[in-house]
Order: sequence, then C-alpha cells, then structure tokens
Amino acid sequence: MSERNQAQGNPDASHSPHLSHHFATPLQQYETGKLGMWLFLVTEIVLFGGLFCAYAVYRANHPEIFVYAHKYLDVSLGALNTAVLIFSSLTMALAVRSAQLNQQKALIRFLAVTILCGFVFLAVKAVEYEHKWKHGLLWGVHYNPEKHNTESHDIGHEAKSLPDHANESSPMLPTENLHNPIPTTNEKSAIAPAADAPRGLASRFDPDLYEHIRDVPKNVQIFFGIYFVMTGLHALHVIIGMGLIGWILRRSIQGHFSAAYFTPVDLTGLYWHLVDLIWIYLFPLLYLIH
Amino acid sequence: MIASTTSPSTISPATNERADNYLTHKTGILSWLVTLDHKRIGVLYLISILFAFFLGGVFAILLRTELIGPGQTIMDNDTYNKIFTLHGAIMIFLFIIPGIPAALGNFILPIMLGAKDVAFPRLNLTSYYLYVIGAIFALLSILLGAADTGWTFYTPYSTSTSTSVVTIVLGAFILGFSSILTGLNFIVTIHTLRPPGMTWFRMPLFLWSLYGTAIIQVLATPVLGITLLLLIIERTLGVGFFDPGLGGDPVLYQHFFWFYSHPAVYIMILPAMGIMSELVSTFSHKHIFGYKFIAYSSLAIAILGFLVWGHHMFTSGQSSLMNMIFSLLTFSVSIPSAIKVFNWLATMYKGSITLETPMLYALSFIFLFGIGGLTGLFLGALATDVHLHDTYFVVAHFHYVMFGGTLIAFLGGLHYWWPKMIGKMYNETMGKIACLLIFVGFNATFFTQFLLGMQGMPRRYANYHEMYTPLHQISTIGSYVMAVGFVVCAAYLIHSLFRGRKAPANPWGSATLEWRCASPPPHDNFSAPPTVGDPYDMSDVRFDPQIGGYVFKTQPTP
Amino acid sequence: MSDEIKKHERGVFHVAPLPVLIGVWAALMVFTWLTVAITHYDLGDWNLWIAMLIATVKASLVALYFMHLRYDKPFNAVVFIGSLFFVMLFVSFALMDTIEYHPELILDYAPVLHP
Repeated sequence: MSERNQAQGNPDASHSPHLSHHFATPLQQYETGKLGMWLFLVTEIVLFGGLFCAYAVYRANHPEIFVYAHKYLDVSLGALNTAVLIFSSLTMALAVRSAQLNQQKALIRFLAVTILCGFVFLAVKAVEYEHKWKHGLLWGVHYNPEKHNTESHDIGHEAKSLPDHANESSPMLPTENLHNPIPTTNEKSAIAPAADAPRGLASRFDPDLYEHIRDVPKNVQIFFGIYFVMTGLHALHVIIGMGLIGWILRRSIQGHFSAAYFTPVDLTGLYWHLVDLIWIYLFPLLYLIH
Repeated sequence: MIASTTSPSTISPATNERADNYLTHKTGILSWLVTLDHKRIGVLYLISILFAFFLGGVFAILLRTELIGPGQTIMDNDTYNKIFTLHGAIMIFLFIIPGIPAALGNFILPIMLGAKDVAFPRLNLTSYYLYVIGAIFALLSILLGAADTGWTFYTPYSTSTSTSVVTIVLGAFILGFSSILTGLNFIVTIHTLRPPGMTWFRMPLFLWSLYGTAIIQVLATPVLGITLLLLIIERTLGVGFFDPGLGGDPVLYQHFFWFYSHPAVYIMILPAMGIMSELVSTFSHKHIFGYKFIAYSSLAIAILGFLVWGHHMFTSGQSSLMNMIFSLLTFSVSIPSAIKVFNWLATMYKGSITLETPMLYALSFIFLFGIGGLTGLFLGALATDVHLHDTYFVVAHFHYVMFGGTLIAFLGGLHYWWPKMIGKMYNETMGKIACLLIFVGFNATFFTQFLLGMQGMPRRYANYHEMYTPLHQISTIGSYVMAVGFVVCAAYLIHSLFRGRKAPANPWGSATLEWRCASPPPHDNFSAPPTVGDPYDMSDVRFDPQIGGYVFKTQPTP
Repeated sequence: MSDEIKKHERGVFHVAPLPVLIGVWAALMVFTWLTVAITHYDLGDWNLWIAMLIATVKASLVALYFMHLRYDKPFNAVVFIGSLFFVMLFVSFALMDTIEYHPELILDYAPVLHP
C-alpha cells in the first residue's frame, strides 16, 4: 500500500481533484463510471447483435453461399489477427494492472504495445481488403469476381483458380479447404428455374429432384456484404479504441494516473476487451465455415 | 416561510425573493448552452421538443386540411406523401421519444431521487447536442426535398425512391444515440446516486417507469442504429442486405426495424404511465394503491415489449408460426397495462379528488388510453388484423395510445411540474378550458378514424371515396379544435412566465422529494442528502392558506 | 477519506494477479489453435456448434479475467449477460421465422448445395 501514496508527476494525485461535485465518495464515482461503461458495452453488443442476426438468417437460408464464399478468406491471416488482438487484450489488462499498482513506466509501455497491436491488426486487415478489392470480391452491386471466372461457371475451374491468388498472400493456407469436394458436374438442369418468382409462391422444393444442380451458388455477394459490414464496423471500433488508448497514453505520460485514480484506464480497457470479444466470434463465423 | 418547509438545501431566510435558483445561478446565453446542470438541460430539451411538436403539429393540420374533401384540396399526392412522412418522423423521433424522459425526466429525475445531478452531466449535454444535430439533419431533409417513405423507411421502397431518405435516416440514427445516452445516464443515476434511505421501494413510481424506459432505450435503440446504418450503406454503397434483387430479404428489414420500434412505443408510453401514477395519487390526495404492482408492471412492460415486435408484420410475409407466437405474446402485454389502470382507479376510489388541470389530463389519459389499449387487442388478433391492417383503424389506435396516452400525460406532467420548473403558476381556468378543447377535439379527430378504418379507408392515401367524406370532415374539424386548444395552452403558459403568480414550493400537496425543494429549485438541488420517507404519504402534508400551497408536517432532519 | 478508499480498494479495486493474466492469455491462444484445427475434421452440423462453444469459452475468459467481471459487482455481470440474452432473443425469433420458409425456398434462387 505504501507505494500508492507516492504519486508521481502530479504532486497531488490523490482522489480529491477527480471527485465531481455530485458524488459523495470516490468509490461511488468509480462504480458509477464502471456501470456506465458496462451499459455502453451492452449497446455495442446489441449493435453488433443486429449484424449477427443478419448473418444467422442468411446463413440459415443459404448455407451454400457461406460454404462457397468463405474459401476466399485467408484463415491464416484471420488467425494471425486473432492472436494479435488477444495479445493486445493481455497487454491492456497488464496496463490496467500497472496503473492499479502505480507502475507508471510499465503502464506507458503496455499501452504503447496495445496501440501497436492495433496497427498490426489494421495492417493485416488492409492486406485482406486489398486482396478482395483486387479480385472484385465485394458487396452487393460491386460484386464482380475475376473475369476469368465469369467465362465459365464450372466450379472445378473456380476452385482451382483460388489457390493462385490466395497463395500470394499466404502460403500457409490449408489447401484441403480449397479443394473442397464440391461435385464438379457440367450437367445442367433441363428444368428452367423459377428464379424471379417471389418467395413463397413456388411449390415445395424437393431436393432429390434437383440433386444434380450444383453450380456456383447465386448471390455470393451476400456473404461479402456481411463480411465487409461486420469486419468494417469492427475495424471502426478498433480505430476508435486506438484513439482512446492514445488519449490514455498521453495522459499517463503526463502522470495523470495512479493507484488512487485509474478509472479512465480501466474503462478504456473494458472497451478494448469488448472489441477483442467481438472478434473472437467473428473469426470462426467468417473464416472457419465447414 | 417557504424555506422552513423545504429541505435544508434551500435554507434561506424569509426574504428569499432573490434566492439563488437554477435559473438565476448563472446568467447569459452561453451559461445555458454549455450548462451541465440537469435542470437547464431539461429546459433546453423542453424548448426543443416543443418546437418539434409545433412543427409536427403544423404538418398534421396540413394533412387533415388536404383530407377535408375527396380529390386534391391543397397539395398533390407526392407532397402529401412527404408531409405524412415528416409528420410521423418528427413526432416520433423528435417529440414523443425524447419528450417525457429527456425533457421532464431530465429535470425531475435527480430531484425526485434526492441527487444533485445525473450520473454523467457531460454525457447528458452531449446527448442534448446529439439531439440537436439529429434534428438538424431531419429538418435538412425537408430542404433537400423530404423523404416519402413513411416514418418506417420500409425497404425496398426506401432504397429505390429518389427522395432524400439518407438525410432523414441519418438524423434518426443520431437521434437514436441521443436516446441511448439519456437512458444509460438514467439507469446509472438510479443505481448509484440514490441517497441514504432512498431504497428501491421508496422511489416514486415515475422513477420506476423511467428506469424501465431506460432499459428499453439501452437495449433496443442500438438495433435501430444498425438498421438505419445498413439502410444508409445500402443506399450509398449498394450492399443489398434488404434488396431482393441482390439476394437480400426485405422482411428481415422489418424484423430489424420493429425489434427497435415496437419496444420504442413503450419508450413512449411507460414514462407517461409514470406521470399518471404521480398525478392520480397527488390529486386524489391519497396513497397510491398497489405500489409494488405498479413498479413491477413497469419492468414487466419493458421486458414483454421486446417480445411482440412481430405483430407489425402479420401481413408482411411473416411465417404463420411466428404470427401465432407474436399474437399470443401481444395479448400478454395487456396484463401489466391493465394492472396499472386498475391500480390508478383503485387509488382514486374514496380519495378526495380535486380537479386541477393536471388531474383533468390524468382522467383524460385513463379514458383515452383505455380505448387505445383495447382497440390494440383487435389488431393483435390475427384474423381481425388482416382486415384492419393499414387502415385508419391502425392510425386511430396508435394516436389514441401515443397522443391520447403519451401526449396527454406529457401535458399533465408539464402542468404538474410547471410551477416547479418555472416558479410561476399558470391560469387554472384557462388550463381547464384548453384541456377540454384538446379532449373534445381529439376524440372528434380520431374516434371517427376508427369508423373510417372499419369501413376500409386505407392509411397514407391523399384521396378517398366519397362515402368517407362526412367522417373525414368531422375528423378535420376536430383537429382544428385541438389546434385551438394547443394555442390557448401555449398562450397561458407563456403568459405565466411573465405575469404568473409566484408558485409555492408544493402547490399540489404531493409528498415526493422534488416538492421539498423551493420552486424553482436551487442550483445544487440538495446541499445535504435529503431525508427520504414514503413518497406517497399524503398525511405528511397539510394546506397552508397563508402561502397558497402545502407544507410538510415533518421537518426533514439534516 | 483516503483511509476509507484504501479499505474499499482491497475489495473493489481488485488487482489481477500476473500469473492469472498470463494463464488466461495462454488458454486463449490454445483455444484459438483448437478452433482452427477442428475445422479440418468434418463433423457435420457440429462444426458450427463446437466453434461457437469454443468462442464462448474464450469470450467468458476475456470477460471474467481481463474485464474483471469475476471480481466486479455482480450487477455488472447481470447487465452483460442480460444483453446477450436479448441478442439471442432477437436472433432466435428472426431465425424461427426464416426457417419456417425453408421448404419453400425457390430453386436456383440460391441453389441448395449438399455438402
């Protein structure tokens, strides 16, 4: 406990300058801030919850789109990013611990590492985005896969073309995933599909009757729409989190934090962990579809 | 002498004419614009939402005027579509949702609780400015040609129409964040800033209802955020989540939208019910009946409100299984609502009721909300809804609940707390006349719409068959009567600002904490945590003819 | 005042022990490896559920130790879990609705692949 009394930098870094007029005790203020932050995290969870709902509905409706399209994502890059974020979560937790123990230098160091991890994460994300941009693997109206694929809808050709560009970014891509045993048949159905009819008007679908139609699924852009919106919103949160940590870093260099007052570090940490938490779900849902 | 009846915070000698209060604490326009005082933020909200209400009201009058006869009266069909969209969007996002919680709640909640401020005063001000920015975007959309989608922004029309959907949707998106921050602030305030002695079951019921409201605001509004965000990027970037042409599902949009927007109607009505509990108890001069039932029913409504969003989608292509589930759950919401109404009636039973203006609004609420709630059952039943869906029956139903419920309770609350907020009394006779005009005008306007709906008049149409003409004309005349009522109301309230009799600390005889403060309250509300007793113990107050108000018999011990 | 703070600090301002933080990190890495490794095996529908289970275990570790939820006031945990409950409610109701239509999905609207 003795080290708590030796606040560095700020000669009077006890709790009192930080106590707002409408709180009775610093403890009350601390708990208030903490509850407020948790409620804010709740709103973030529900915000992403909407996207998870869209994901669930489209995946339930059209699993084939997800099975097909996720192979364009690079599992090793996704795993790398997962590791980076988890590590940054560790350093953030260590930063909070350092603040609680009044270890100013360790606090600054851990915060800096956390920001660095954020940059690494965004860089990897940028590589992934760039790769998809190059190959026209985008959302909705902008979905325009490579031209050599549009000539033929033969799935075998499509699948073989994949490792070419996938290997550029990562030689570690598990290739057995890419040579997924999707049957490569060129037999087209003789039955004209009722493609434009509204849902619910068609007769019941009999899988046995149309078993031989196993083409590149339609509407692959749905997957990429979900992919870009989910990871994009997540990346936006990473950027906001990095901004917050940068602000905390600046204040800790100025010596604002001590064992007696570390609420902002703690709350920013909570936010950063939530960003990590969301990625923990995004990774298997987007990259690891079987 | 007033000071002797109030809490120690207002200790000021009998010469308290120039006593420090929140209005005089600091002066200058800037001291208002950057204030962190919850009371001033509440007043800022009040001014803003009343402006929004005025604007929405003007649009409503324009709509009713167009409908005074079949064929084109004052505007063409496209204009009509834009005007009803604006009327809906402004009334809902800019007036009813922030109305009671952000304006009256901001002012009253901390004082009622015995706190000095809300938990996060800066966040509170941020929330107000988010409201202003959102409102600016909404108004900007009018200049850019206005949207014509209806306030629900249903896809795929909203993603294909050429009107300025993005601007108004962006406005609603920002307003959503304002609402979230208010709710978050209230939850934390109620949890952590209760003074010693203010246990959960000593909280006035208005606080319980604001707590329930805040839960909905925090849990549901982010879904609106993501929905509108998806809508914006769908329009600007063409993502196609809700576009069937790109493999999207428009019904999913409706799930998204109503997952927020149904709970949102409880954001609108729950705080109104809280005001009702205060009004009915105060003006019956009797302890509230069934305190715990009312408190728990607020939470029950908040939770059940999340389970019924699908009843907006009975005819939208929702599966019949979900239709049945949602219909069943919809009926269950009427239970906690009915609990509240029965408890209010039981509170009035054998009470010594006085019919001041706020009580007149409270009685109107019970009558109008009763009609609004019961007609909801017709719409919640699957078979009748197929006939009534998208007719004037729906329009009448939600106006009876939203207008007859929330707005009437808002007016009741405004009149009830006006002396506390401004420190002046309004003209009681004029108040009663205005209330009568609004009540009569309201019923003329909207009861006819139940009849129109049952006869099949569809909503959102600028034109109609001649057979509907008489009822439409009664409805339009009713809306004019209402408008006169509102003008009268505005006139005497503004008059009271300048010429009103000085308000005593407790003009109505309520026992909740805010009436222990002076009127208007001092800057810090309470210098020491107030002593908290039963909020509805009416035996604690007695009328003092000398000051024209009530005084507390027990002196709070410092 | 400051004495009071110190008294509370022991209870509320919990300082996470270093070995716990490192241990949690190691466990998270192991689970990440596990969830990638398991996709190489075809377990049918179970692949998704196992991936979600692992993700939930990881998320719980982060919440309990990195976010101090284990040492926090219980109400914060109630708030957190409550939000997950509402997300589940939203997702499950929307899914129930959409699954009702599965037998009627239009052929070639997005043809069904049999894995």
